[in-house]
Amino acid sequence: MIHFDNICKRYPGGHDALNRINLRLPKGQMAFLTGHSGAGKSTLLKLIAMIERPTRGQIFLDGVNLNNISNKKIPYIRRNIGIIFQNHHLLYDRPVFDNVAMPLIIQGYRRQDIHKRVRAALNQVGLLSKEKKDPITLSGGEQQRVGIARAIVHKPLLLLADEPTGNLDPELSLEIMKLFARFNQVGTTVLIASHDLDLIKHIGFPSISLHGGQVEHNGLPFTFDGNR
Amino acid sequence: MPNSSRRKGQLRSYFSHHLRVCLASLGRLYAQPAATLMTTAVISIALALPVGLYIALDNVAQLSSDWDGSSEISLFLHTDVNDKDARRLMQRLQRHKLIKKIDFIDKEQGLKQFKETSGFGDALKYLDTNPLPTVLVVHPRITEQQVDTTSRLVKELRKEKFVELAQLDVQWVKRLYTLLEIANRSVWVISTMLAFAVLLIVGNTIRLDVQTRREEIEVSKLIGASDAFIRRPFLYTGLWYGVIGGLLATIITLTSLLLMESPILKLALLYHSDFRLAGLGITKTLLLILISGALGLIGSWITVGRHLKNIEPS
Repeated sequence: MIHFDNICKRYPGGHDALNRINLRLPKGQMAFLTGHSGAGKSTLLKLIAMIERPTRGQIFLDGVNLNNISNKKIPYIRRNIGIIFQNHHLLYDRPVFDNVAMPLIIQGYRRQDIHKRVRAALNQVGLLSKEKKDPITLSGGEQQRVGIARAIVHKPLLLLADEPTGNLDPELSLEIMKLFARFNQVGTTVLIASHDLDLIKHIGFPSISLHGGQVEHNGLPFTFDGNR
Repeated sequence: MPNSSRRKGQLRSYFSHHLRVCLASLGRLYAQPAATLMTTAVISIALALPVGLYIALDNVAQLSSDWDGSSEISLFLHTDVNDKDARRLMQRLQRHKLIKKIDFIDKEQGLKQFKETSGFGDALKYLDTNPLPTVLVVHPRITEQQVDTTSRLVKELRKEKFVELAQLDVQWVKRLYTLLEIANRSVWVISTMLAFAVLLIVGNTIRLDVQTRREEIEVSKLIGASDAFIRRPFLYTGLWYGVIGGLLATIITLTSLLLMESPILKLALLYHSDFRLAGLGITKTLLLILISGALGLIGSWITVGRHLKNIEPS
């Protein structure tokens, strides 16, 4: 699903965020991305979501070389990805339902379909009863779940999450992680950046740890051709 | 044909999306009435000014076309030409294709008019004979461009045997039309400048709008919204600003016309004129709103294009 081929990312100013990264995340795999802050976790996710472009190397997403995608085509790449942020990025000027419906409206779904899918997504994160509420009135955990519902409402092939449990207590965090595991069970590829090692150990999915912009440990299973 | 019906469905959802964004933009403006009113008021004043000038000019042009009769040619005949010969000349000239109408003023009539209007009536008592010639007042067929034809007609009339003097004050007609042309040009210059002003006003308002909706734009980009999708609500907002501004400009113009109508009619009455103030008419009102809407759309297009590039998710 994701293939990093010798990726380097140097930010303007000379900071090397990623240095010669080689990675393969197979389709349907769920994995964690760990490391201290500044290890390059966020940069790696940003490269996949095309928020940043690599300085050197190639990234393949579902077989497509992202270097060949023009800026104009980026939206169509992002429509295959669901992105979840630590600070939710919800819009507080509209109710929960409208927040979750955004990806569907952008992709031109019909009204009936939007209704069905938004309710299904909210049901999956356990917030169906709050669809008419304003996000600001919800708790931190609930807001994060609204963010997740928005990320999965259009059934993306790939789910990226950057510190999705950063602000939550351990109990809520576990609940959120279990939610991701459930999406993974139905075939979605999931990559979660997190520094909560205890939680990761508890959940039991392979993890890739970064250190100083390089892969320190790769816990992913080997693919048939011996790469990972 | 599942494929074509699906395309039809996509097309329908595309148009219903447009309609929804169009109405939502209007709703957004309605939700902030004070800010909306300020912006549209500025736009409408910028539009009403050249429209008002245009109407004024239009009316003056209409008035001056009524004055074509004033550019008449006075033919003073030799004093020894008798009435019969004079009338024969008039009948002949009436068939001339450049002549609309001829007024015949015989010697006695001329004397009477002179007594009434000159104030020298008493002095005339001391004259034994009537010193005034017979006068033919020739009204040429004249339109704006044909000032030259009139002077050609004068030259022609001067060659007539009985005519002693043919007089046309063509100079003031020429001056009037030149003045009108200058006024016309300045209306265009002012209109162009104020059209730019409208572009800037809408642009600036939309720029602020883009900034306040920065978060929404970022999130939309992250979840795969195309630039066209993000631009759309701002373009409709600009269009609405223009259309509402145009409507307000129409109202301002109509109100001003109503306020000025009665004194102008009074003035016209004093001049024994059946002059009526001409307004914009339906076609030109629609044109005004169309142009205004287009200006709003263009103004927001320029701004949104420039500012969206600067907002990228990070």
